[in-house]
Amino acid sequence: MKTLVYIDHFKTVVQPASWEALGVAKTLGTAAAIVFGTGLDEICKTAFEMGADEVLLAEDAGLVDYRAEAFASTLVSICASQSPDLILLPTTTRTREFAAMAAIDLSTGVLVDLTSLTAEGGQLKATRPIYEGKLEEQVVCSGKPVIATLRGRAFPRPARDPDRAGTPSRLPAKAESPTSVVGYEVAEQALNVSDASVVVSGGRGASNNPALTPPSGLDERGSEIWRAQQGFKLIGDLAAVLGGAVGASRAAVDGGYIPYSHQVGQTGRVIAPDLYIACGISGAIQHIVGIRSAKLVVAINKDAEAPIFRVARYGVIGDLFEVVPALSEAFKKKLGK
Amino acid sequence: MKIIACVKQVPDSEAKVSASGGQISWGESPLVINPFDEYAVEGALLQKEAHGGTVTALCLGPESGKEALKHALAMGADEAILISDSALERLDTQSAARILAAAITRIGGVDMVMFGRQTLDDGSGLTAAQTARVLGWPMLGFVGHIELEGTGLQVTRVIEEGRQNVRAPLPAVLSIVQSIGEPRYPSFIGIRKAAKATIPMWSLADLGASAPVAIVSRTGLITPPTREIKCEVIGGDSPAAIAKTLVDKILAEKVL
Repeated sequence: MKTLVYIDHFKTVVQPASWEALGVAKTLGTAAAIVFGTGLDEICKTAFEMGADEVLLAEDAGLVDYRAEAFASTLVSICASQSPDLILLPTTTRTREFAAMAAIDLSTGVLVDLTSLTAEGGQLKATRPIYEGKLEEQVVCSGKPVIATLRGRAFPRPARDPDRAGTPSRLPAKAESPTSVVGYEVAEQALNVSDASVVVSGGRGASNNPALTPPSGLDERGSEIWRAQQGFKLIGDLAAVLGGAVGASRAAVDGGYIPYSHQVGQTGRVIAPDLYIACGISGAIQHIVGIRSAKLVVAINKDAEAPIFRVARYGVIGDLFEVVPALSEAFKKKLGK
Repeated sequence: MKIIACVKQVPDSEAKVSASGGQISWGESPLVINPFDEYAVEGALLQKEAHGGTVTALCLGPESGKEALKHALAMGADEAILISDSALERLDTQSAARILAAAITRIGGVDMVMFGRQTLDDGSGLTAAQTARVLGWPMLGFVGHIELEGTGLQVTRVIEEGRQNVRAPLPAVLSIVQSIGEPRYPSFIGIRKAAKATIPMWSLADLGASAPVAIVSRTGLITPPTREIKCEVIGGDSPAAIAKTLVDKILAEKVL
């Protein structure tokens, strides 16, 4: 089977699930990595080391910023010259969109956000979570090429072989798009909760420290958010010690404590970290579904009856404002930081 | 400004969903308007309030979809249309996109089409972009803010890495996210108006479309095993003592 693997990157920082997709492609046959943009030398080198049989570059200034039409048309044009059986992409906001559009041009379908993909007798069989992860469906695509996006951390990452090398080939881009990018605002957090191996999350409990006195002049809601920010600061400190990302429950996001890009649970944000630490999160059904694939769950909550303890391996019944900073200190000592 | 907000009816997020014999059930839980689509309706209403015009709520689905449309009407949409046909039992996203595009073309003179980022049921999040592609209109995904400028618009897209500001001509297709603002509650007058509204139902024949052929199809359903594990509660004389024990336990699991 011939697979094209789209290496997703933002300003040349690669979405790590791209390498996982490359690993899956290698188990199915030959894998050609495709990369869009400019200044791609480092990505090409890594793609060969990660196992790509070929690296195809659409090097064009018009592909530096993501624009759905330009990316979709370039993918369609590469497909016409390469005739792949399968196109694999990591699931991101970008890939969902332009893969969907390319599928319209190619009269095929997209199997989206897969957690497994196997070939049986030439037919690709895939599994994907639906209903916010409460169920999984098995799906097939009758079109060619099959287009599939893979959920991050659902597939093993290939080992890097520094001795592998190659020369990339260049392919023409089709960078026309009716849209233009005016600019960016600073990222809310460097590490995405979907990619992180450690996630430390806060919930409504993050605002629940009566010992703190908000600055004067804040109304009730302002005071609550201020309190929550003090809680999330401690959570952020612990995440930093562990090199992890900060997550949040829906209650914390709805409360305005933290931007919704941090939300865990709810559609599209089922995560699979090695370690998940839930601080002041009671554990609504969506949240519990969202962390089902975590390897180890630790919960800290004042309420011994909180449902989160039913899915946690270790629990602390206590105040996150005391336990979280103590944990940061203890990890620092043990990890020699 | 003529704006379409696409909505769908889904089981409530709190529902316990299960599968048996290839059928999905959600017990006694109610069906509700897809929560992400409420942001699309809110975004459409905000634009209408700022620039005048109309908001049409559009739903592709079974007759129960009328309830989602009534919710949009109660929030303030001017009219609603349901596309429903017995030939639409098993739709994939590209078929849905082609039918929605045909309906949008039939409505005519549309400036903006707004979707939620994805639905809570199938959740593939593909339909907005595929509808844009079928129409040949620009796709602006994950939009949290909209400004009209001249004959086009500038939007802020909320993406993994932060926020991207993008300019595009109209007409355009947008998917709207939470940053647009909390969806308004239906007003009492709105609910009464919605209850009395007649919602036209369009069939495939009305759209001059033939029964779609699915390219992506479901071959099975799995109920994932529930995670039932015994929680070991860590105690101690002080937060520091608890933390030390917990860190030792976590490190012994060798997941880091």
